[in-house]
This record gives sequence, structure tokens and C-alpha cells, in this order.
Amino acid sequence: MTELIRLSAAALAQKLGSKEVSAVEATQAHLDRIAAVDGGDDGVHAFLHVNTDEALAVAAGVDKARANSEKLHPLAGVPIAVKDLIVTKGQPTTAGSKILEGWHSPYDATVIRRLRAAGMPILGKTNLDEFAMGSSTEHSAYGPTRNPWDLDRIPGGSGGGSAAAVAAFEAPLALGTDTGGSIRQPGAVTGTVGVKPTYGGVSRYGAIAMASSLDQIGPVSRTVLDSALLHEVIGGHDPNDSTSLTDSLGALVEAARLGNVEGMRIGVIKELQGEGYQAGVLTRFGESLELLRGAGAQIVEVSCPNFDYALGAYYLIMPSEASSNLAKYDGVRFGLRVVPEGAPTIERVMGATRAAGFGDEVKRRIILGTYALSAGYYDAYYGSAQKVRTLIQRDFDAAFKQADVLISPTAPTTAFKLGEKLDDPLAMYLNDVATIPANMAGVPGLSLPGGLADEDGLPVGIQLLAPAREDARLYRVGAVLESLLEASWGGPLLDRAPALRVAAPNPEAADRVETSTAGGTN
Amino acid sequence: MAEINREEVAHLARLAHIDMNAEELDRMAGELAVIVDSIKRVSEVAGDEIPATSHPIPLSNVYREDVVGETLTNEEALSGAPDNADGRFKVPAILDGE
Repeated sequence: MTELIRLSAAALAQKLGSKEVSAVEATQAHLDRIAAVDGGDDGVHAFLHVNTDEALAVAAGVDKARANSEKLHPLAGVPIAVKDLIVTKGQPTTAGSKILEGWHSPYDATVIRRLRAAGMPILGKTNLDEFAMGSSTEHSAYGPTRNPWDLDRIPGGSGGGSAAAVAAFEAPLALGTDTGGSIRQPGAVTGTVGVKPTYGGVSRYGAIAMASSLDQIGPVSRTVLDSALLHEVIGGHDPNDSTSLTDSLGALVEAARLGNVEGMRIGVIKELQGEGYQAGVLTRFGESLELLRGAGAQIVEVSCPNFDYALGAYYLIMPSEASSNLAKYDGVRFGLRVVPEGAPTIERVMGATRAAGFGDEVKRRIILGTYALSAGYYDAYYGSAQKVRTLIQRDFDAAFKQADVLISPTAPTTAFKLGEKLDDPLAMYLNDVATIPANMAGVPGLSLPGGLADEDGLPVGIQLLAPAREDARLYRVGAVLESLLEASWGGPLLDRAPALRVAAPNPEAADRVETSTAGGTN
Repeated sequence: MAEINREEVAHLARLAHIDMNAEELDRMAGELAVIVDSIKRVSEVAGDEIPATSHPIPLSNVYREDVVGETLTNEEALSGAPDNADGRFKVPAILDGE
């Protein structure tokens, strides 16, 4: 497996650094892969926009700088995909919504500035549930993304596009956002790695807000080390985000390279297993615990009784904040404007614009949030939910007295069929039952592949959780577990994913394809 | 706690500035009733003695020096607007008649 597109970001960075491969070759190889597997009726459809010209220009700039022996960032020339909730100059940003169709941001998100400063070519913008509201990408106004393991199944959500892009070898790295599991759950069902950093650890400036007290940008990759490398690029204090932490991130890459968990206490969360969890998910989870025990970690059981209320509290806090954040889409300053017949007032224009521009799930959450914040219900709903948030934090505090890191399955099931839960919002919400507590408490979480479920042969995700500001522990334990699992499988899990049907390249692109393939078979 | 019904959804949709037809109101009321029913348990454990948390990591107010930072130009600020005139956002009438 020495093809360029199958290399990890770390391995690709090494080949770029030693001039074995050029950044243009690496970028072109991924653009060709996107052209081959992303389009058509049964394509992966991870991308909403492909940024061909800019990506190649940035790559050419990196190659030139390297030829001149300029000092470059270690990831310079490593291409990346960006969730279309993060604003970018020079490319459209839609948030997966018709209300922002064709909109271009006049500024870059802080994380985008940091990617540009590192010389990382941006391949394009990835698909998501509209305004990041969903667990399957089926709520995207531009059609769903398909899971590369089985094109009839969901890639998770809301960041299904970023996870599928990485799983389908369309990009070695991607950015996601995680409000209740939107990085980790797609990681779990696509057999990839996703990290939700500590709240405030990565700037949210330029991430289109859903629920501001829960949203967090984070890395998406195929290996734990790659996420650590990307986390160090995008993380750290940003004065443009008033909730950005001023603390250092910790030595994340170093932690991922440490390679031992001896003596670490790993807490199994009692409430995040058992009923509602698929048998194959629990079997693989149990095996991961055994591997960690074998590596010298101490496995303890912890109880977080208030996690049972986390989903309910989340579906009060998140829609409340979302209904407020989405009030700005009113047909005045940006996006869609629908003008009804006659000589309507601005109020009627807003009503018509929002009716036409928002999809069902967004409307559901806006109405729910408006309800929860209404006079008379506020204390019972929003007020109670905020108290539950305190209780969840206390559960975490108590658990982290007994354990250095907590562990659970990332999602209760493997990837379900497209359409299966679309008409049952509550069933859809339950996919996030294990990931939501981390957002409620602001603690970091990582999902990594834990194997394939016996009953359906689909990926299972293992979630690690650490105390706030201790993201490094996730990378330390995650990298060890990953290497133990890969040793037991005889290679990365994605080696076992079925080959995707490759579209015939158009004649003009044929030369380029050959060149990049030759460049990749080192 | 009060149940959520069709009339209430119609009122909330007006508050949220989202036009909804009869079919949408029916469907939304049915779905939201199920969701609200499943989340109202939160009040079971929310005792008076428990403080509320609004923000996951406690931070105090963040200030900056009162100097002009990076700003958008007038053209950039208007670049995504559906309509503009004379360097300003242009909107339909605010009031009926006249």
C-alpha cells in the first residue's frame, strides 16, 4: 500500500520533506481520487465544492519554497478537506443549507488562517447535515454523503463528509466540528479517527455557530498521530474568540509518540454500555479493554448516573442556542431572500425566506429552542437543563478522581441504512447518546476504530475521554490502543474496506492521473 | 409541564419568523410532542440547590484594548447581501401601508 493517497499525513509529510514527492503531486493525486470516487449517482459525495486551482497553486508555492530551502511547517504541502461549516475566503460556504447557497465569506476562520500559514492546500469543502444538525448527513440540502464501507449506509453526522473523505482516501486530513458528537460519531461509523478538543482549545472564530457553548472545531484523520499533528496546527489561543483558552495545548504529538500506558487508570463508564448498544459494538469494545489491560493499564469501572439525563438536557440547550444563533438568517445581510407576492413588509419576507431556506430538522430545532426559551417554560426547561449540565460535570469530576482517562463505545450502533431513521427524529438523536456528555462538560474526546462488528462487518468506534485541558492523554492512550489493534488485525482497519468503484477519468485528465500514480509508487 | 400542541407550534413559528402551512404545523406538532415528552425528565433531577452551568469552562470577561482592529471594508460587508444601495443594506418596507 504505497499509493500516495493511502499514506498517513505523517508519512506523506516525510516524503514531502525529503523531496521524494512534490506537494503538487500529492495534491493532484487527491484531486484525482475525488474526481474518481466522489461524483455520480453512487459516488461518496463527501465534497460540496472542490478547490482545484487554489489547492494546486498553494502546493506549487510550497514546492517552490522547498526548492529554495525556505523553512517550512512539517505539514506544508499535506492537503486537507474542510467541513463546509467553516468559513473560507475564495470558496463558497453553505453550512449544507439552501439559505447560504452560493455565499462567499469575506473573511477566513482562524483555523483556516492557520492551515494557510502552514502551507496546507485546501482540497475543498465537505458535506454536512444542514447547520451541523444531524447524525447522518441526510439533512444536507445538497443530498447525503455515502459511507465508503457500504454506499447504501450513512457516514454519520453531522461531519459525514469530512469522515467519508478521509475514509475514501480523498484526503489524508480534514476539519470537523463537534457539538454533540459530529466529529466522533462519523469517525466511528467510517473506521476513522476524530477528535473533539477541550472546549476553547481550538478557536471557533469563523465556525458558523449552532450552539455556541457546545460547538468545537477539531481534527479528522486516519491515524491518531495525524490528528495530533493537525490539532497542534489549528489549536491555541485566539483573541478573536472570547472563549478561547490561553493555556498551552500540551505536547499532543509527543503524547501520541510516547507508546506506553503502563499504570494508567482507564475508567469504563457503566452508563454507556448495555441496553441499546449493538452486540458487535460491545464485543469489540470488550476486546479493546483487554488489549489495554495487557499493555499494563488498570481498568476500573466508574459510574456517571446523570449521563442518563444528558441527551434530554442537550436537546434543550442546543436548540435554545441554535434558535438564537440562526436568527441572523433573515434575508438582509447575507444569503437567500424570498419576496412574497404583493408589496410585503420585511416581516413577511423573513417568514418566507426562512420557510424556503431552512430544511425540516433546522425548523424543528428552531421551534423547539423558541419553545424552551419561552416565558413560563424557561425555568422548567432551559434552567433545568443547565442544572443537569452541572450534574454531568460533577459526574466527570468524580470519575476522573478514579481514572486518568474514560472509555466507552463512541456510538451505540454501526452505520445504519440511508433513510432508516430519517422519519424518526428521536431515533436519530439517540446516536449521540455516548458523545453528548463531553460537549456538556467541555471535556475532550477522541474516537478511533475498534474493529468490525461481527453481525454486519461494519466499523465500530472506541471513545476516549479526558479531563478538560488534558487532550494529550487521549493521544497517548489512543495511539497505544491503535497500534495494539492494528497488530491484531495485521494492518489498518481501512485496508479491509471494499474498493470503491472508480469513475473513468476524462481524457484531458488522463495524463495527470498517470503522472501522479507514478509519483506515488515509491 | 404543558404539552406542545398545534396552536403552540403556530405561535412559535410566528415568533421565529418561519412561515408554515397546515400540513407542516400538524407534522411538527406531532414530532415535537414526542421529543418534548422524552426530554422533560431533566426537571426530575434539577433540584433548587444545584447551580446552573451556562458555559463548560468557567472564564471571566475577556477585554481587549480599545483600538481599531481588523475590520471588513464596506464592500466586503455588503458582498453577501441580497440587496444594497448607497453602501447600505436595502430592505423591504418595515411598516405596512403608507
